[in-house]
Amino acid sequence: MNIAVETFAPTARVALVGNPNSGKTALFNALTGSRQKVANYAGVTVERKEGQLKTAGGRTLSVLDLPGTYSLRARSPDEAVTRDAVLGRLAGEQTPDVLVCVADATNLRLVLRLILELKAVGRPMVLALNMYDIAQRQGLRIDLEGLERELGCPVITTVATRKRGIEALVAKVDEMARAGTLAGENQWREPSAGEIRQAHREAQRILKAHVRPPERPDTLTGRIDGVLLHPAAGLAILLALLFVMFQAVFTWATPAQDLINNAFQSLGALVARDLPPGLLTSFLTDGVISGVGSVLVFLPQILVLFLFIILLEDFGYMARAAFLMDRIMGGAGLHGRAFIPLLSSFACAIPGIMATRVIDNRRDRLTTILVAPLMTCSARIPVYTLIISAFIPNQTVAGFLSLQGLVMFSLYAAGILSALGISFLTRRLFWRGAVEPFLMELPTYKLPDPENVARNLFLRGKIFIERAGRIIFPLMIVIWFLSSFPGAPAGATDPAINYSIAGRLGQWLQPLLAPIGFNWQMTVALIPGFAAREVAVAALGTVYAIGNADAAPGTLATLLAQHWSIATGLSFLAWYVFAPQCASTLGVVKRETNSWIWPVVMLVYMTTLAYLASLIVYHAAVAFGLG
Amino acid sequence: MHDMLAQPIEAVAAAQAGIDPAVRRLSQARPGDVGVILDVRAETHPGDHGVGVEELQRRLLEFGFVEGAEIEVLHEGVIRHDPIAVRIDDMRVALRRRDAEDIWVRFVMRPPARRRRRS
Repeated sequence: MNIAVETFAPTARVALVGNPNSGKTALFNALTGSRQKVANYAGVTVERKEGQLKTAGGRTLSVLDLPGTYSLRARSPDEAVTRDAVLGRLAGEQTPDVLVCVADATNLRLVLRLILELKAVGRPMVLALNMYDIAQRQGLRIDLEGLERELGCPVITTVATRKRGIEALVAKVDEMARAGTLAGENQWREPSAGEIRQAHREAQRILKAHVRPPERPDTLTGRIDGVLLHPAAGLAILLALLFVMFQAVFTWATPAQDLINNAFQSLGALVARDLPPGLLTSFLTDGVISGVGSVLVFLPQILVLFLFIILLEDFGYMARAAFLMDRIMGGAGLHGRAFIPLLSSFACAIPGIMATRVIDNRRDRLTTILVAPLMTCSARIPVYTLIISAFIPNQTVAGFLSLQGLVMFSLYAAGILSALGISFLTRRLFWRGAVEPFLMELPTYKLPDPENVARNLFLRGKIFIERAGRIIFPLMIVIWFLSSFPGAPAGATDPAINYSIAGRLGQWLQPLLAPIGFNWQMTVALIPGFAAREVAVAALGTVYAIGNADAAPGTLATLLAQHWSIATGLSFLAWYVFAPQCASTLGVVKRETNSWIWPVVMLVYMTTLAYLASLIVYHAAVAFGLG
Repeated sequence: MHDMLAQPIEAVAAAQAGIDPAVRRLSQARPGDVGVILDVRAETHPGDHGVGVEELQRRLLEFGFVEGAEIEVLHEGVIRHDPIAVRIDDMRVALRRRDAEDIWVRFVMRPPARRRRRS
């Protein structure tokens, strides 16, 4: 009979459920290694992480890492996914064969109540007591057999970061899958306040009977919090951290960037030397090589930024930052939880806007979504770097601060301040309702696990390169085409690009942007720049490289410094602080709000802001004699 | 959970009448205050939390703000001493004072502020 079951169901579906901060993702990584797929759940934009592994018995386990939750009573779209997946109600997903409830062994109280809820669902379940090494180090005694008896499900101890207990967990899941359907009837329904109290009492009783409190409880977290949550020192440290982060994005990434830059230049030179001059060579050097190079060169900066974000998240600092920022954000009409989506928006507004799902209230969420693209995303870094290196002298201020870094910092500050201002106005003008409750666990501090950090960093880098590959590279080819066809007529005196489609389009649109100091090459670059902000750099590169193929062989920055006035450069920077130059962001807003109104509102308000800011900056700079 | 909670409602009622000064709302606590949760209610400022007061009550309960839990106020924010960070049993939670109004706590009466003196 068993054999028949195995032939019919060689693959078992396993779902990981647990509180946030229980090390669920680390366990997921330990289970599935690099065999992971990141996508979205059908119809919603909650990130869906699935991985595969083979058990010793030859069965394939398909593991789903569900969003962390404290209860099945979903309060946000993420938690709704967890609830629906567990209950088998999620469109396009099959009911999991085995649930693995992941618990932080040092913090069992809340998860025990969740387990009691999960038991009512009636699926076969295993409890993974994760971070068991920390529990042992603290002298916490857990009566595993008693717990198994009490909960009616197997208990396995694991240390996901050290891969301990993983084999035992897999073997247990395999065994349960082999035993076939033991699933009972689903008796879960939304608990009332009285039922939650009752479940807490039950959890408390189980804890008292089977868990002896730690002999050496963790005091480190309390001592670190004494400094990091200190009213004055805490805020100072947060600001210092942000400042170091942005300086590091500049200084640490430079050597790697130079390396990539030189490699692509040598490659281009090599191709140009060995191939006869003509359309194909132009396509390879000006279209393909410089297009790919101008995107890849920013990978180091994006990795440095994500390294900071991932480290702070894993260390447990992000929740502290949200605590420190809550009132300050609240003053601008934002929810404390908006801090994390907005901070993610420094990397990219798209994951940031998707992360607003942790905010349950629709108005709070809409406000956060509307201002998220004002945070300086990593796609602006290429544009900022280019313009700053072209127009801001590389010198130090006050002995140790890089002037270029300082300008960068002020561009970030402009983004943050305008986001706060806009959300304040939105709250004041459009809705004056109450804000969501702010309840957040402050997790125990933990040293980030290098392997998990590396894996997450690799994942982010991969997503960036894929995006570059799928959106930016084809666009580079389109721009090259637009700027190469039709070719210059015989006996033409102007550069060939003046006669191309892009050149004509740019010249046609230029009067509109002339008041803010933009020339037609910039206008051309803005058109493909609507696909993604960093495209503008490659577009400028292509436009200028082709326009001056035989002249100035220097870098794009030197070229720009020759062609633009400082006022124009500054105006371009101001434009990029505000302009909605990212079709993907608008697409995500449409998807997240399920309406075309909000992307249109975003497009209009951001373009207006950008035009006004550039207008002011350009004319101020001209007045100071920088025109 | 604890036996001392035989009649929580009466205890809170007594506090509301101003009889027992040790029983206060969590929203009025200062860092360093220690106590035991007496009652988590659903009554103050309905419609002011963005969610119903019953929903807020259930969320508080799910986070471990249950009758009998030991609580200690650890930290508070800079602006208007808000939000607060508390230890409930063995976990740490941050919340805003306005959301903590319906949590009634019997605080341990502390001796007048001790001052550490260096000798």
